[in-house]
Amino acid sequence: MNAVELNNISKTYKDFSLSNLSLNVPTGSIVGLVGENGAGKSTTIKLIMNVISPDAGTIKVFGKPNNTDDFISARDDIGVVLDESYFPEIISASNVDVIMKNTYRNWNSQQYLSYIQKFSLPLKKPFRDFSRGMKMKLAIAVAMSHAPKLLILDEATSGLDPMVRDEMLDIFNDFTRNEENSILISSHIVSDLEKICDYIAFIHQGRLVLCEEKDRLIQEYAIVKLTADKFESIPDQAVKSKKVTPYGVEALVKRSLISSSFRTEYTTLEDIILFLAKGDTNK
Amino acid sequence: MEIIISNADDRPIYEQIYKQIKKYIMSGKLCEGDALPSIRSLAKDLRISVITTKRAYDELEKDGYINTVASKGCYVAAKNKSIIREQYLTQIETHLREAAELAQMIGLSEDEVIKIFKTLKEEEYI
Repeated sequence: MNAVELNNISKTYKDFSLSNLSLNVPTGSIVGLVGENGAGKSTTIKLIMNVISPDAGTIKVFGKPNNTDDFISARDDIGVVLDESYFPEIISASNVDVIMKNTYRNWNSQQYLSYIQKFSLPLKKPFRDFSRGMKMKLAIAVAMSHAPKLLILDEATSGLDPMVRDEMLDIFNDFTRNEENSILISSHIVSDLEKICDYIAFIHQGRLVLCEEKDRLIQEYAIVKLTADKFESIPDQAVKSKKVTPYGVEALVKRSLISSSFRTEYTTLEDIILFLAKGDTNK
Repeated sequence: MEIIISNADDRPIYEQIYKQIKKYIMSGKLCEGDALPSIRSLAKDLRISVITTKRAYDELEKDGYINTVASKGCYVAAKNKSIIREQYLTQIETHLREAAELAQMIGLSEDEVIKIFKTLKEEEYI
């Protein structure tokens, strides 16, 4: 069962197009969406929320198409946090409670107030005086407090300091202790995604370059640093991408295809993504 | 039960979990019928992927160390410990014989071999 299913989605704008994107968020898992600015991450999220319609392809949320009336009630089960939170300037956290009580079927005031307390947010301060971090925290508290089954987080941790980000990641991680709950999270901060995701989807220039189990990805690829001579001895098909400098070659290789005598570096997800995005793929 | 996941370790994460749980079972710290943490809670507590944890449990089940009871959880399987012990002893003998042969080839004394063994142990390779 998938919480979100994108099937061959295409969307073309004047200067940008998303082509043939197929991506699933399996129920109970955390899927991380990575990609450079303008790669199509936010477009993908808007498509899922039916804010914009695809030119081709189908999107299902909780097993049902997202362009029918069913989706209106399904939205109650989705918590969304975008990279900016949009509350009217003059309202305070306690006003938000009243508004949401009348918006969401399953609004849980008690839970909301406990998040407000946990995040040390002021109850009476108007939204315009909130710092960026406080705004994000408020948006996250709202998203978490109406018993969602799916969280869609678009750069939700950007602008937060490392300590708060880690605290948020813990909350997201805990959210999926319930196997009914799923998360789709996009972020520039690949190390955050490395910490919590089960799957990583990498979008580059409107195309899905890879969608893979995170641990498998880290296990499968490694970075080697070699002299040009030695590099020649690595089979072509093992090399995914390389960077040549006057002093040697750095390459992203498939571990299984190279001799175990090569010393591989510990490779983070960020290294892998950077190499795949930037590296020259021709050996 | 303590489980340590190391990034410096070259082995895949699922294998690290597999080895450590197996060690608990073999050493008798986990006994037949003991409940293991659920796949999901172990994954979330260790902050690793659910899929990876599931793979470790699948391997443990495949090798007969644990049983999965549908919708209840995973338990340490009944195993004839003396048979397993016997299997391990045979394996140890085989490896030691190989080591002894190698030592003989370069004329290493018994004491020197034991010293290597001790050093390895100190460095926690074993």
